[in-house]
Amino acid sequence: MKRRLCVISLVALLVMAFVIPVMAAGKKPYTLGAVFSVTGRASFLGDPEKKTTQMVVDQINAAGGIDGHPLQVIIYDDKSDDTECRLLVTRLIKTDKVTAVFGPSLSGTSLAVVDLAEKHKIPLVSCAASWKIVTNPTTKEERKWVFKTPQKDSHAVEKIYDFMKFKGITKIAIITVTTGFGASGREELIRLAPYYGMTIVADEKFGPKDTDMTAQLTRIRGTAGQGIVGWSIGPTQVTYIRNWRDLGMTKIPFYQSHGFGSRKNIELAAGAAEGVYCPLGATNIGKLLPEAHIQKKVAMKYNLDYEKKYGEPISSFGAHAWDALYLLADALKAVGPSKRKIRDYLENKKDFIGQHGVFNFSPVDHNGLTKDAFEMVVVKGGDWALAR
Amino acid sequence: MKRDYKVLILFIIALAIFPPIAYHIEGIQHYIDIMIFVGIFSLITIGLSLLMGYAGQISLGHAAFFGIGAYTSAVLTGKFGFNPWVAFVVGILLTAAIAYLVGIPSLKLRGHYLAMATLGFGIIIFIVFNEWDTMTAGPSGFSDIPGISIAGYDLDTDIEYYGFVWAIVVLVLLFSINVIHSRIGRAFRSIHGSEDAANAMGVHTSKYKIQIFVLSALYASIAGSLYTHYMNFLSPSSFSLFFSIKLVIMVILGGGMANIWGAILGTWTITLLGAEWLHFLEEFEFLAYGAILLLMTIFLPRGLIGLVELIGARWRRGLLAR
Amino acid sequence: MAGRPLPFCHILRKMEQITLGNQIVQYIFTGITVGSIYALVALGFNIIYNATEVINLAQGEFVMLGGLIMVFFVTILKLPLIIAFISTVVVVTAVGVLFERLAIYPLKGASVLTLIIITIAASILIQGIAMGIWGKDPYDLVAFSGRIPISFLGAMIQPQYLWILGITVVVVILLNLFFDRTIVGKAMAACADNPEAASLVGINVKMMVLFSFALSAAIGSIAGIVITPISLMEFDRGPMLAIKGFGAVVLGGLGSFGGAVFAGFLLGVIESLFAGLVHSGYKDAAALMVLLIVLFIRPSGLFGSIEVAKIKKF
Repeated sequence: MKRRLCVISLVALLVMAFVIPVMAAGKKPYTLGAVFSVTGRASFLGDPEKKTTQMVVDQINAAGGIDGHPLQVIIYDDKSDDTECRLLVTRLIKTDKVTAVFGPSLSGTSLAVVDLAEKHKIPLVSCAASWKIVTNPTTKEERKWVFKTPQKDSHAVEKIYDFMKFKGITKIAIITVTTGFGASGREELIRLAPYYGMTIVADEKFGPKDTDMTAQLTRIRGTAGQGIVGWSIGPTQVTYIRNWRDLGMTKIPFYQSHGFGSRKNIELAAGAAEGVYCPLGATNIGKLLPEAHIQKKVAMKYNLDYEKKYGEPISSFGAHAWDALYLLADALKAVGPSKRKIRDYLENKKDFIGQHGVFNFSPVDHNGLTKDAFEMVVVKGGDWALAR
Repeated sequence: MKRDYKVLILFIIALAIFPPIAYHIEGIQHYIDIMIFVGIFSLITIGLSLLMGYAGQISLGHAAFFGIGAYTSAVLTGKFGFNPWVAFVVGILLTAAIAYLVGIPSLKLRGHYLAMATLGFGIIIFIVFNEWDTMTAGPSGFSDIPGISIAGYDLDTDIEYYGFVWAIVVLVLLFSINVIHSRIGRAFRSIHGSEDAANAMGVHTSKYKIQIFVLSALYASIAGSLYTHYMNFLSPSSFSLFFSIKLVIMVILGGGMANIWGAILGTWTITLLGAEWLHFLEEFEFLAYGAILLLMTIFLPRGLIGLVELIGARWRRGLLAR
Repeated sequence: MAGRPLPFCHILRKMEQITLGNQIVQYIFTGITVGSIYALVALGFNIIYNATEVINLAQGEFVMLGGLIMVFFVTILKLPLIIAFISTVVVVTAVGVLFERLAIYPLKGASVLTLIIITIAASILIQGIAMGIWGKDPYDLVAFSGRIPISFLGAMIQPQYLWILGITVVVVILLNLFFDRTIVGKAMAACADNPEAASLVGINVKMMVLFSFALSAAIGSIAGIVITPISLMEFDRGPMLAIKGFGAVVLGGLGSFGGAVFAGFLLGVIESLFAGLVHSGYKDAAALMVLLIVLFIRPSGLFGSIEVAKIKKF
């Protein structure tokens, strides 16, 4: 009898020795999934997005997590490939069983996975540009489970057209790259031109691996274009500015897409970027914002933290991940790890102060931004300056 | 022939028991989706294996035929509301026609010339996908493509699509095995051995070369349509030169040059390397493909399947020795 | 007037008056510049082909390495241009030799298919190593004599264009002298014509193969060095250059040096005119169509001989 009592108490002690620490260890972690194009042709998008995510996760956990729950983000690299991305998102949903997914980095990879979000009923916050990610292009209905944080190309175009109109420009030439980004920008430039009284007198294109656009710019030179809008990302957006300068065309003002937003591009242009205009989100020009600007505080904090941790200036694209992750963190804090509740919460979130704008979501707008998410900026003395 | 059928039966059994196993093992539930892609890509590599291995011709542009099938399905169903099966067939016919037109002048060339002709063709088709945006939606991609259904039953879960894709692969395998062991197959192998000798013996080499080229293009087109209705989204980047080269690597790695099963083995290996195993290499993954290609060509020309055969032969010898 | 930068208001007026004729001059100049690179790549192909009957699909990588290594010498080590130029050519030549020893020499007698695959594999590997060293970013090189454009017949010509054209012409002339007048050159030419006969008269054929790779690498690197100030250079520029260079080879006739040079310029101009006058998006397709048309209709090219095309094993 005594022996049995001993055994039972021993077992009880052992059990408690295991269970109590587990109970005291704290609350279950919240798990999110992220897929970025960390390598491949879009690594300039995915790499800063991954770095930003890791930095933010550390910051959140250092501050005690979300309501005491540690935050866990599983990050995968889709290598800028549609098929890879689809497999990785499937893996996050089925095998890693995450509560929500953010990323992908590219419009193409995002579009390849939107049906997965709808089918498996899991919130997806994309870090890519195309409006088709949140809106079905045929039915024009907003997708139920998909959101996105970057501004739409239409917002950037509207900002540019606004400014051009202010400068008295009515005839423009456009030169765009034949990638998803360039094609989307071109569509918006053509679609919105009549609303701003713009006539497009030249519609030039080039490939993402082209090394010389003098032919296209020469043709533009032969038109009556009063301004040029270039829509590209990657080395070509620097090449055509160099060509523009080399051809002596600098009297015709050049407007870049928001993809230009990195000081490295200014450097590579070797002086050719002087006087080039560009619409940028607040986070890129944190230093230039007035103190009273609603985004000043978050933009400066992100800029300083990132530069301190990684030794390089922020990139416009990493900030999209910041916006996505903080949105989800905010939702988790408000409603906990329920996919449906997060979706409903995001859909009705207003006045979210992000890096790239102040977001106001609604059931018919899963992007939540307007053209005022951009500031018009000009390159002066090798750095950004607000454009007037 | 008998051996091939035996392997086929074992293969079908393995395919059938895989999904229920995968579903219940932690950490590999998504492997079913990986296998769907392996199946789709295998269709292309089986065709390439016939072309490269048995007929000795090279194609560095097969992604083009994959893409033509894919985009035909996408455009006809997504833009014009056709029935997916009709679009499927139209895709096959269109691809066959283009393959025939391109094949006739190309297959008169040899060696490097043929390689460059197929390479050039592949890139031209890629550029067309990118530029003809009124039809293909260009580089932004063609989204919201409808799915496919059989007799009114929608194929929209992963298991259903897995069964669908692999059923088609098995049918194609059956057909291909028959081709290899037929008179045509023997004619092919003679071309690979020596085109001049074959000609001298009265084998109609040009006719056979074109036939197998068109057949391999057909297989790729079928794969393309399957890809479209699974992804519900297409972008030209899936049909690039790099993918064409990756297909060739799959065939060579697996040993598809000598053995049709090698094509499937190679496809499975490369897909899994990319999807799971080589993630640690990050951006240097494509370097691994170069290394694989080099090492395989120098040290293991019969590919992985050659390795399997070697091990199999040693094992049998070991058994006999007892 | 041409050669002196114009006063500001004259530039303004000139721009307003640009006519189709002026544009065509611009396209032709751009085309000749780009064509020089194709010509140099095509020469590299021919040199290796003539000695070994191998088409080196990694030829574009020599161009890429030339550009990136030159950037390293000039921007990081801050060497003077001439020294950097020579050093770069030496380094890339060494790479060419290494390539021959490691990938080509061990595979004597392999089938054409195998050799094609080996050179593709080598191309991928070299790109990977370049990516490891330089990353994916494009790199810039200082232009040899500044960037102030020269106005000529209504077109704006970069001084670097003249450097590219000039250096290409010098390379072609030197190559001609080399093959015609020097012992080594004549030996290489002999190997090209008939390797068995060449070895019978005591020419070390294996050495000639090595030489051909070295020479090809050197020429490729020169192309990379001169084009980088215009179009930057990044690790994966090689394949497209190789494809178009091969197009020039086929157009000019495999094995013909003069043909390669002429075809290179011709291809560059066709591409540029097509981009300017017809449709810029399809310009690569246009260049490739030229390749396909030549392959299908007249594989021996403009200057190759049909009998030679049939006899040569490729």
